[in-house]
Amino acid sequence: MRLELGLLLVLIALFVVSLTVGPANVPARDSLAALFDPGYGPLTLVMQEIRLPRALLAIIVGAGLGLAGASMQGYLRNPLAEPGLIGVSGSAALGAVLAIYSGLAAGASLGLPLAALAGALVGVFLVMTLAGPRGGSLTLILAGIAISALAGALTSLVLNLSPNPFAANEIVFWMMGSLADRSMTHVWLALPFVLAGIAIIATTARGLDALTLGEDAAQTMGIDLGRLRLLLVFGTAAIVGGTTAVAGAIGFVGLVVPHILRPLVGARPSRLLWSSAIGGAIMLQLADIAVRLILPERDLKLGVVTAIVGAPLFLHLIFKTRKELP
Amino acid sequence: MSLLSVKNLGVTLRNRTVFEDISFSVPKGEFIGLIGPNGAGKTTLMRASLGLLPHTGNSTIAEMSARDRAHAVAWMPQSREIAWPISVERIVALGRLPHLGAGQKMPPQDQAHVDAAISRLGLDAFRARAASRLSGGEQARALIARSIAQDTPLLMADEPIAGLDPAHQISTMQVFSELAKEGHAVVVSIHDLGLAARHCTRLILLAKGGILADGKPRDVLTPDLMAEAFGISVWHEETEQGPVFQPLEVVS
Repeated sequence: MRLELGLLLVLIALFVVSLTVGPANVPARDSLAALFDPGYGPLTLVMQEIRLPRALLAIIVGAGLGLAGASMQGYLRNPLAEPGLIGVSGSAALGAVLAIYSGLAAGASLGLPLAALAGALVGVFLVMTLAGPRGGSLTLILAGIAISALAGALTSLVLNLSPNPFAANEIVFWMMGSLADRSMTHVWLALPFVLAGIAIIATTARGLDALTLGEDAAQTMGIDLGRLRLLLVFGTAAIVGGTTAVAGAIGFVGLVVPHILRPLVGARPSRLLWSSAIGGAIMLQLADIAVRLILPERDLKLGVVTAIVGAPLFLHLIFKTRKELP
Repeated sequence: MSLLSVKNLGVTLRNRTVFEDISFSVPKGEFIGLIGPNGAGKTTLMRASLGLLPHTGNSTIAEMSARDRAHAVAWMPQSREIAWPISVERIVALGRLPHLGAGQKMPPQDQAHVDAAISRLGLDAFRARAASRLSGGEQARALIARSIAQDTPLLMADEPIAGLDPAHQISTMQVFSELAKEGHAVVVSIHDLGLAARHCTRLILLAKGGILADGKPRDVLTPDLMAEAFGISVWHEETEQGPVFQPLEVVS
């Protein structure tokens, strides 16, 4: 519990920092006061309409991706698993890309996120149909890879056929993932999906612990594997669909965060779920602050930063693992 | 009272009949060794009677709901899977999972089961060690302790003593035998016929697509049955130190 509490304090501190970082060079105390006091005029507007949704989204998206990553690794008993594995992020991205290509994104304010959610829904339906009724994890991975590959190919096709370089540019930039210029509408759009996903995945915690000993042992400990897989896929799909819809494709959070925190929670999959949720929110909040501090005048993309930070962290973990080998 | 009753059980995998028409029952107090050559279907028989494989015929445990089954039988599969570097104590504590509510803290009486199982298998020194980093034999003992901590009337284990050193093979067989004497029943598949002869109260010989013999060890481990099932000659003697059984040579 002490670890989770510590992480939570770090997260709260980062949330406050995130609220005070931005191109409008205002003292931290003023900007925080403006959040609650309309007397600050335009600053209040900046705080409530720009910085608050951004800081909230970093928590929502990061927590969702961290938890989904921990649950996927627990389910597949593989530290390399990540939420994108079941093909939902690929199909959500395809939905969004189609919305940009067709002009739907420009035409309706929520056209893009809703198209991404529709893509995620189609993706999860296809994956569950392909994976079949029996509860094994192997068919799920195969189905996920197939859907990811297909969605990736179709995304490339859309890029290939995009009418002008601007559309292609927009698509590419969107796919890098970002939290810039999001509104409270985006928060309200993502929040129910992420909360529902977290609630669904929370019910799988015992099953994930039992799965440590393999599928046979888990089944004889009273775990219904078919139900577990269904809950896990729908929970992950809700989280990945909801977060991709508002923030684009943000990688590495679901992969790296559980990996870093695993040794600190005694490797128990159930406990890792919660610490990874907080850890994911911390990582994304940090990355989103970095985006604004490193190159404030260029629109540095969040997904690029998480990848740049995530890849070396992963390398470090590889070297650590190599040292432990005989 | 029978803890497991199997009637006319048959399994066909990929159009190959593994066995057919198998019936036996497991009463309280028995320590049953399931013996038979490789590929005879020992694992398949145990998994089918647990309801983990599609089968024909009946098994009282296979008909239970997953939740009831978890209170009726503990199962230790052959593949000794420990996915994460979790402490031995936590691995053993997983055996209490069917008895606890979601997110519930371990009550003292459940912790007592865990402690007892750890001591029984001589794992006290390993409590805090990461189970996945132990040697194969130590992992096997941790997993046996996990099954015992589940505290079910019936315990089934697939080759639980394979890979253990002689001292631990003997002490583990003694643990199973004590459990049976305490009123549980234990079914293990086993290749070491010498240990089976000394510790099991009953042997089931599975070969040639069915049960070839089922009874007291001395009635099953006969030269004729051993030649028929395994193609080996044997030396089997009642001595002052108990029954001694030694496979000798392969006979054609």
